[in-house]
Amino acid sequence: MADDTDWKIMISFLDFEKPIAELEARIAELRATADGSDLDIESEIDKLAKKSAGMLETTYAKLSPWQKTQVARHPQRPHFVDYLRLIFTDFVALAGDRTYGEDAAIIGGLATLDGRKVMVIGHEKGHDTATRIKHNFGMAKPEGYRKAIRLMEMASKFGLPVVTLVDTAGAFPGVEAEERGQSEAIARSTEACLALGVPMVAVIVGEGGSGGAVAIAAANTVLMLEHSVYSVISPEGASSILWRTPDKAADAATAMKVTAQDLLGLKVIDGIVPEPIGGAHRDPTATARALADAVGRELDALGRLSGADLIRQREERFLAIGSL
Amino acid sequence: MSWLDKVRNSISSLAKRDTPDELWMKCASCGEMLFIKEFEANLSVCPKCEHHGRIGAKARFDLLLDTGYTVLPTPKVPENPLNFRDTKKYPDRLKAARATNPYPDALTNAYGAVNGAKAVLGVQDFKFMGGSMGMAVGEAFVAGVEKAIAENCAYVIVTAAGGARMQEGILSLMQMPKTTVATRRLAAAGLPYIVVLTDPTTGGVTASYAMLGDVQIAEPGALIGFAGQRVIQDTIREKLPDGFQRAEYLHAHGMVDMVVHRKDLKDTLATLLGYLARKEVA
Ligand SMILES: [Zn+2]
Repeated sequence: MADDTDWKIMISFLDFEKPIAELEARIAELRATADGSDLDIESEIDKLAKKSAGMLETTYAKLSPWQKTQVARHPQRPHFVDYLRLIFTDFVALAGDRTYGEDAAIIGGLATLDGRKVMVIGHEKGHDTATRIKHNFGMAKPEGYRKAIRLMEMASKFGLPVVTLVDTAGAFPGVEAEERGQSEAIARSTEACLALGVPMVAVIVGEGGSGGAVAIAAANTVLMLEHSVYSVISPEGASSILWRTPDKAADAATAMKVTAQDLLGLKVIDGIVPEPIGGAHRDPTATARALADAVGRELDALGRLSGADLIRQREERFLAIGSL
Repeated sequence: MSWLDKVRNSISSLAKRDTPDELWMKCASCGEMLFIKEFEANLSVCPKCEHHGRIGAKARFDLLLDTGYTVLPTPKVPENPLNFRDTKKYPDRLKAARATNPYPDALTNAYGAVNGAKAVLGVQDFKFMGGSMGMAVGEAFVAGVEKAIAENCAYVIVTAAGGARMQEGILSLMQMPKTTVATRRLAAAGLPYIVVLTDPTTGGVTASYAMLGDVQIAEPGALIGFAGQRVIQDTIREKLPDGFQRAEYLHAHGMVDMVVHRKDLKDTLATLLGYLARKEVA
């Protein structure tokens, strides 16, 4: 994998970043011709770089819900394996549901987060063709959720807090997933979250897609990265069902209120983890650090509650949603 | 709908009752022409092919509970906190659904007895916005379970839903953990939770309370699943197996305990409640 400092250079731009991409291309062109002796070119590069940085900042300060959806799905956005590498140490991967198989769409295991021993579980989408296929694009099957249940129960047994990183378009829609009880697996995984006698913190790091996300996100504290999204159905899905056209995804994203900022307002989540200017993919290291600090703070606060209080707090948290 | 429209509609439907169109219907499965009154007297099951038609909450209560049951009030929930509109405003869709349905949302509870065994029965009505699970369904489910705990009896839910109510966005999704809190509390009280899956039960409803029963019953032929068939077909690009996501298919794959004909449903529930009901403490 490329070093994080190279990342910036190879960044792939989103549609709405086109003016920034054009500026960056112009800067790269000038850099290629300049040898450092032409002060006019140097000052022009400097000027354009400042302009580009300014545009990036203003663009990201007012992303629309649909633009945020695209940022949340950016192929270079840090994924579970990146967080594992950047902020967790001594990871011991645990595999399999003991019933059917090992589903790499959900990764889990024992890990240490800034000195805290935890059980970490999350979706992994993969970053190139081979890994995307291996991880099934982050779309878990029943065995993935049943592995998550097994690991949560183990965490509860040994007093380890649970940290989940949510990043999925949704649970896998396939024949074999239905045959093996996708619905039951998701329902039981949600139930397992609610039964935990240890602290649980969930972070939506990219896409929080429907039941496949909530199955590992029924936590004491739910956080979202600044440009992540969380919704009951994809904007494309809502567009085709409610508007009966595939072209209204942007409207659907706005109407459904999918952003971290919207969800904090609705009290569905408890906090937002800030991303670097231009999104998590422009600085995975800084993103991961901010995430580790936020999760650590929440774990320490929850650590003061008894097991019974943790269960009660989690129950009250979800019972309150939609109650007058 | 205005008052005048309502009157007009009721008059026109009365008039239509006498026309042949209103007396006869075509079975949705085998196409047989059925005399509506006979079809309904047969519990809305086609006498020719045994296709189980969709029935509403009132018909379910009458079918499964002894006479003298009480319909419980539907809890009030925040109205349209997302200020949602697609091609129509969400409050307008709600209003339209309420104008044509007897109860104010898709899930209604009644307290009564099944052949003498007391129970709270929740029924989801597909006619109300596709039975979809929003805050009102979640809150009614929790209220039904709380009533069961208060009465020290079972909670039986008859499910029917196309999934989550998209017009409530994330708030509908959050009803999955919310209802699961309720099923956990029922279990902690040692009370039975029985699920009757009817046509169709899909999406977030299936992936939460509809799959957590102590006993899972399905009506014959009912479509039950997580993902929609079109979505699956778009993903795998091959033909779906015969009977895919139907009650019998789920039974064969170990996802439900039994497939029960509508005429036997009440007796089956009564037998189960007889075994599972909390023993009175002396
Ligand atoms: Zn028929």
